[in-house]
Amino acid sequence: MGKQAAAVIGVGQTHHRAKRDDVSIAGLCREAIDRALADAGVTFDDIDAIVVGKAPDLFEGVMMPELYLAEALGAVGKPLIRVHTAGSVGGSTAIVAASLVQSGVHKRVLTVAFEKQSESNAMWALSVPVPFVMPVHAGAGGYFAPHVRSYIRRAGAPNHIGAIVAAKDRQNALRNPYAHLHNADTTVESVLASQMLWDPIRYDETCPSSDGACAMVIADADTAASVDSPAWIHGTVMRSEPTTASERDQVNPRAGREAAAYLWKQAGITNPLEEIDAAEIYVPFSWFEPMWMENLGFAAEGEGWKLTESGATAIDGKLPVNSSGGVLSSNPIGASGMLRFAEAALQVRGRAGDHQVDGVRRALGHAYGGGSQFFAMWVVGAERPA
Amino acid sequence: MFHFWAMTTSQSRTLSSPVRVSFDYTRSTGPVLGRYLEGLREGIVLAGRTSDGRVITPPLEFDPGTHAATTDLVRVAESGTVTSWTWCPEPVEGQPLDRPFAWALVTLDGATAPMLHALDVASPSEVHTGQRVRIRWAAERQGLVTDVACFEPVDALADGTWPQPADAVPARDAVAADGPGEPTPVAITPVALDYTYAASPEESSFFRGLAEGRIVGQRCPACNKVYVPPRGACPVDGVPTHDEVELAQTGIVTTFCVVNVPFLGQQIKPPYVSAYILLDGADIALQHLILDIPADEIRMGMRVEAVWKPREEWGTTIENISHFRPTGEPDADYDTYKHHL
Repeated sequence: MGKQAAAVIGVGQTHHRAKRDDVSIAGLCREAIDRALADAGVTFDDIDAIVVGKAPDLFEGVMMPELYLAEALGAVGKPLIRVHTAGSVGGSTAIVAASLVQSGVHKRVLTVAFEKQSESNAMWALSVPVPFVMPVHAGAGGYFAPHVRSYIRRAGAPNHIGAIVAAKDRQNALRNPYAHLHNADTTVESVLASQMLWDPIRYDETCPSSDGACAMVIADADTAASVDSPAWIHGTVMRSEPTTASERDQVNPRAGREAAAYLWKQAGITNPLEEIDAAEIYVPFSWFEPMWMENLGFAAEGEGWKLTESGATAIDGKLPVNSSGGVLSSNPIGASGMLRFAEAALQVRGRAGDHQVDGVRRALGHAYGGGSQFFAMWVVGAERPA
Repeated sequence: MFHFWAMTTSQSRTLSSPVRVSFDYTRSTGPVLGRYLEGLREGIVLAGRTSDGRVITPPLEFDPGTHAATTDLVRVAESGTVTSWTWCPEPVEGQPLDRPFAWALVTLDGATAPMLHALDVASPSEVHTGQRVRIRWAAERQGLVTDVACFEPVDALADGTWPQPADAVPARDAVAADGPGEPTPVAITPVALDYTYAASPEESSFFRGLAEGRIVGQRCPACNKVYVPPRGACPVDGVPTHDEVELAQTGIVTTFCVVNVPFLGQQIKPPYVSAYILLDGADIALQHLILDIPADEIRMGMRVEAVWKPREEWGTTIENISHFRPTGEPDADYDTYKHHL
C-alpha cells in the first residue's frame, strides 16, 4: 500500500516581530497553534499527535524545549515528536507531520515550529569558536557570503540581482500583515546603498532576526474532503549531504538538485517553471533566490538570475516567488521553513489575502539549512492527487 | 560572553581543550509566569487553578485539560509540608545553597501539588516527610525565581497565623487578538556550558604538525583526494584515510568574503577577509585570514602563502599561521579551481 492522501486543513502564524516580549515561548507557539486550529475548524480534542520543530537550542538556551512545552502544545496523553534539521527544520517538521498521516498512523496531526530570536543573539550562537580552529566564522552571513561570490562569478551575474530580490520581497511584505519588516521605502537603489556587511552581501540583502511561530493541521483524506479548500500534498522530500567534502558543489548542492528532481517526479511535474504557479523558497540572503531557481530546476545552471532580472519572480510574474515577503522579511529561524510550506498551502487554498497570486493550482514550499546541507520541500495543490 | 582557552595534554593521543560557552538569555515570561514573578517580587506566591480544581505553583501557562490559557491565579501560603526529599551532600555552582542541603518537594498550604526547592538543614537527620517548612525570601527580591532563596524548617505547627490562600489575583492581559499585547516581565537568565572539546586523532596529528611548522593532510585511498585538516574518514567514500601528506604552504584563494560586521563574541576585529584557501596538493580548501593587501584588491584565484607567527608563540593550533598573504605570482586560471566552489 502506498502513501495515503493528506492535506493541510489549517494554517496559523504569529505576527513576527524583532521582540515579542508579550509572550513566553509557549505563548508564541500557542498564538500560531490556536489560529491553525481555528482555521481548520478543529480543537485539540481532534488532534492525534503533535510534531514540533525549532533550530539550535542555543538560540533560546532551553535544552529540549519540547519537554517543558508538552502541556502548552496540547500533547498531554498524545505522541509528541521534536524535529531538528537546522534552518530547514520548519520544512522537515511539516514533512514528518505529513508522513504520520500519509502512513495511515494518524488522522489529524498538529505541527508547529518556532524561534524566539530575541532571547539571545543568533550571530553569537552561530559563531561559537571551536578550539584549535581559525576563528574567522561570522554567523550565517559570513558562512554564505563566499558561496554567493562564487555564484556571481560562475553565473556571470550582474551586481544588482541581489538587490532586485531584496526590494521585491520587502515590497511583497507590505501585503502581509504578519511580516516582521514593513519597509515601504525599500528600492533596488536603497538596497545597493545599504552597508556592506559580509561583502558581497549588503545589510538590506539579509534577513531580520525575528520572534515567531507557524502551525498547521494536516489531515487524512476523509477529514480533508469535509473542509473547505484543503491544500493537498502532492509530494514531499528531504535530502542531506556533508557540509564539506572535496569538490562539493556549494553553490548548487547535489542534495538540493536531487531532492527537487524527486519532488517533481512525485508531483507528476515535468516542467516546473510552467507547472508551478507560486513558490515560497527559503531565501535568507537575497542572492539565494537565483541560486535556488537553478538548484530547483526552474532555470538552467547560470540562468537563475535572468529569471529574477526579468521580473518573472515578482508577484505578477510568471513564477511569483515569496509573495509573502519571504525569509528576507520575517525570520523566526525554526519557523521560517514551515512558513514557506504554510504560505504555499495558503496560495493553493486561495487564502493568502493581499499577497494572493491569482489562480494558483500548485505551489512549492522549500527550506534549506546548515551549510546548504539539509533540504526539505513539498508541492501542494488545490486538487486531490490522482 | 564567550570564554575559551586552549590547554592540551601532550601525553594523550588526542588534543583536548576546556571550553565555556555562556550567555545571559533574556526570557520574556508571558502573562502567567510574568504575573507569578511579579508576585514573588511583592513577597507573595501565586498558583494557577486548573480546570479540574488543582492548585499548582508555579502556575502552568496552559491548562493540561482544556488547553486554555491559565487565567485563574490564587495566592497560596509561604508555608507548607514536605512530601518527599533527598539529600544533596556536595552542592555545585548555581544551586540555591553552597553547603549540604536537602532537595525537598514542598506542598504549600493552599496548593494541591508540590514544588521542588532546597531545604536549609545541616544533616539528613533534620528533614522528614511531613515536616513543616516555610519560604526564606532572598534579601532583595527582583521578580525572579531566585527570590525564593530556599525553605527553612518551622519549629511549631502553624496555628492560623499563616496567610490564608485563595485571594484571587488577575492574570495579565492575554495576547491581543490582532497583534502583540502588552510587554511582560523579562527574566535575565544566565546560562553556561562547560565542556571539554576533544579533537579527533587525525585532527590532533594535524595540530601537532602545525606545532612543528608543517601542514599535514591525509589522502583517501579510494578517491585519492587529500583532505586538510584530515578527517579520519573520507566523507564521500567512508573509508579510513591513513596516508599522511605534507602540503605546500602556498595555494590559491578560491572564494572569500569581507567581514565588516562586528558581533558579540567576535575574536578578530573587523573588517577582515575570511577566505577559502586551496593549498597546493590539497583537494579541499581551508578557511583562514588574508592580510597584507587591501581587502578590495583580493581576488578569486589569487596566489597566497602562509605567514607564521614567531615560533615562540606556536601551540597546537592553526592560529600558528597568523594569516595568508599574496605571493605576487599570476592568478590561477578560473578553470583550475572552479570545481572547488
